Amino acid sequence: MAGEAGRLRAALRGWALVSPTALYAVAMLAIPLGTVLVVSFLTDGRTAGGLRTVLPVATLANYIEVWTNDIYRFLMLRSLAVSMSVTLVTVVLAYPVAYYVSFHVAPNKKALWLFLITIPFWTSYIVRVFLWKVILGFNGVVNSGLLSLGIIDAPLQAINYSVQAMVMTLAHAYAPFAILPIFVALEKIDRSLLEAGQDLGESRFMTFLRVTLPLSMPGVVAAVLIVFIPTVGDYVTPDLIGGGKIPMIANAIEVQMLKLNSKALGSALAVSAMLIVASVTIVFLLLNRRFLGGGR
Amino acid sequence: MKARGLYSYTLAYLLFLYAPIALLPLFAFNDSVVIAFPLSGFTTSWFEAMWNDRAMWKALRNSLIVSGSTAILATVLGLFAARASTRHAFPGKTGIMGLIMLPLVLPEMIVAMSLLVALLAIGIDLSLWTVILGHVLLCTPFAVAILTSAFQSLDRSLEEAALDLGETPVSTFRLVILPLVAPGIVASLLICFTVSLDEFIVAYFLAGTEPLLSVYIYGQFRFPSNVPAVLALGTVLVAVSVLLLAVAEYFRRRGIARTGGTAGGGFV
Amino acid sequence: MTDTPMIDLSDVQKYYGDYHALRGITATIRPAEFFSLLGPSGCGKTTLLRTIAGFEEISSGLIRIDGRDMAGVPANRRPTNMVFQSYAIFPHLTVAENVGFGLRRLGLDAAEKTRRIGEALEMVGLAGYGGRAAHALSGGQRQRVALARALILKPKVLLLDEPLSALDKKMREQMQVELIKLQRQVGITFILVTHDQEEALVMSDRIAVMFEGEIAQLADPETLYRRPTSRRVAEFIGVMNFLPATIVSEGAGRATLEVQGLGRCEVDVPAGGAAANGGTTVGMRPETLTILYDGQAPTDRSADGTVDEVVYYGDMTYYDVRLDGTDRPVRISMRNVFGRPVLNIKARVRVGWSPGALVLFR
Repeated sequence: MAGEAGRLRAALRGWALVSPTALYAVAMLAIPLGTVLVVSFLTDGRTAGGLRTVLPVATLANYIEVWTNDIYRFLMLRSLAVSMSVTLVTVVLAYPVAYYVSFHVAPNKKALWLFLITIPFWTSYIVRVFLWKVILGFNGVVNSGLLSLGIIDAPLQAINYSVQAMVMTLAHAYAPFAILPIFVALEKIDRSLLEAGQDLGESRFMTFLRVTLPLSMPGVVAAVLIVFIPTVGDYVTPDLIGGGKIPMIANAIEVQMLKLNSKALGSALAVSAMLIVASVTIVFLLLNRRFLGGGR
Repeated sequence: MKARGLYSYTLAYLLFLYAPIALLPLFAFNDSVVIAFPLSGFTTSWFEAMWNDRAMWKALRNSLIVSGSTAILATVLGLFAARASTRHAFPGKTGIMGLIMLPLVLPEMIVAMSLLVALLAIGIDLSLWTVILGHVLLCTPFAVAILTSAFQSLDRSLEEAALDLGETPVSTFRLVILPLVAPGIVASLLICFTVSLDEFIVAYFLAGTEPLLSVYIYGQFRFPSNVPAVLALGTVLVAVSVLLLAVAEYFRRRGIARTGGTAGGGFV
Repeated sequence: MTDTPMIDLSDVQKYYGDYHALRGITATIRPAEFFSLLGPSGCGKTTLLRTIAGFEEISSGLIRIDGRDMAGVPANRRPTNMVFQSYAIFPHLTVAENVGFGLRRLGLDAAEKTRRIGEALEMVGLAGYGGRAAHALSGGQRQRVALARALILKPKVLLLDEPLSALDKKMREQMQVELIKLQRQVGITFILVTHDQEEALVMSDRIAVMFEGEIAQLADPETLYRRPTSRRVAEFIGVMNFLPATIVSEGAGRATLEVQGLGRCEVDVPAGGAAANGGTTVGMRPETLTILYDGQAPTDRSADGTVDEVVYYGDMTYYDVRLDGTDRPVRISMRNVFGRPVLNIKARVRVGWSPGALVLFR
């Protein structure tokens, strides 16, 4: 009885303290997301004066449009494909770096290495994307460099305005996002487990495969999600690197929402995209359940 | 043997990470409108052009206002959440903290669009304030992460000791907690400022008529002759970001050293 | 010792949600007493200490300090001060600033503050350390700073939460002696929480042994050791040998027993009886048994047995001897007196014992 009152008071204290931030998140994130959800079931139309607006008429038409129109399906698939390629490339390339810093760098230097690795991330995204455009462009740095060195005779086409270029740009941008979670997971591994593995007769490589890799999977899973989810919705890279010719789903959302002012359709598009991303994520997590154990 | 292979790989990786950024100063000082090899000679004219661009200064002023406000607001919100998360247990804590940290893993487009839809539905006009609202949402998770780490390395019995010796909760905060968390607060302010300064999508979609720096840069891409000047601006921006980050890291380390710990793996 | 208790605990109960952490603690602690709360992890001893300090609220019951009811009195207003397990030295302050932290509210002038700080530092053996940065101290030095910081405020009760557990063995033993001296010098009540029974025996005037939120026995060290009231207390403090026994007859505070391996004898039955778990047992400490060498004066009673195991410690040897007619050995501790040989395994021995040293557990 006194225990109950004590617990309630402790809970109130906690809630009171977290409330400013929590309420802000609710007001700026939860409610707007809810609004988008609601709007997605309404209808785009015009006011009496002819302005585009959202009419309070409930309908499933937006979703039908999104799921049946080939364009959107194509865009979504392309976004997923690009995103998955980026994730694969980024995470696979990041793992050895994380491993190196965790296992082969002196403890008091680790923070320095991580700092150096994350600096590029902190610089302006728009500047970095533009730099890649400049590097991979038709008359860009790579082409002009290779031309002047005599390695090629004509500028490479494939690196400009292509999916490969987009993948490269995104992989570069999200590299640190992948390194950090893997690093954290590797740091948590008790080094004596590895020694035990070798003591029991395994080679160093096999110990890595059988002990280190499985134990670091929670970090790998986190890295995958941290790269995959935001890149599906990337807008700038398809716009600049793709030259507007290789749009992804985010560009389509922008077109609907702003250029065409079809907020309802745009909302349906956004919600559908989020659902698909969430499903892929859940499937991925389920497939990796074995590695995640009690954590995450 | 394995270490050397990994070392070379890691160096190559770092090279790849830094390559684009290394090109910035290279072509910002290059005397050519076209960004290509071979180089044409040294010039500072692009920096002059950038310096004389009034539109750029206007955008910079707006960005400073937005990023400064964002840094302060996000850090304050971060303080509340970090304190609640590390010192109190309450029902629904995981869900609430999850919601607060969610912007870290959502595509920025979704965050920007949802906020846009909601704001327009209420009838609020877009302006610098709406950008600040969006940026605070995006930066608060960073502040929470940094400040949570700061609070966690703060021994709880230090606060109890202060109480035991006769202080009130308020004076305990002033005399014990604040001094020990101050480096984390400084780091949070700097990081949030940097994140906001570099952010593009929310700045693009939620600003009204007043452009921000990242949006201004985006707009300049349309004019090929302006490109080198943009690179000059980019060089300055990168240099400033790196400087701010180095300072933030210094403060973070100093904070940990003061409490007698050892600097581990960064903000993680 | 005066009659009025310094701390009066009356049926103190504490719940954490459904978990019953303190189940009706009733005890009194005297002024200028060195009192210990002893028990395994999770027994509630630290919880009890924190309720006395005021960091935890009790669910029901009464806590009185120096006659004053502490209900509703927050930690910063109680006449107690605490030495925390982690010492809780403020890392951003110097040693002097740490020690003088609690003086701020007293409104003393600077000269008086400096004087008191100097006094306190001298009392704990850290004279001259005032200017040192707090985060550069060793474990033992931090502990002294914590002590000085608490004692400078002249509390009525000093609470110590496992203060020695973070120190290495040599440091610990040194600090034990210093704490005893300090307590006598300052002359106030010390309440020490520890899981180390040796530590409690060495330092305390009285000990409360706690298991699972309750006080199992509260007594001075010698009584706890010689006359434990339960098998659990007996096993927690030091080593105890147990032999099965049957009660032949009983009356007027005495009982006649048939003890396996030892034979028939008469023992005291403590008032209220000693509780046991599982049958009647008789307990005896290793030093109350002795191996009779040739030419040694005979003891009260003796029994024959075989040496099962020999453990040599340098100044002592511990023998596990299986008495005839028993199935498990008893441990006997023998001082290695000069000239007396250490016995081998399988040696036949005669063991001397006395009925007065036996403790009956029902």
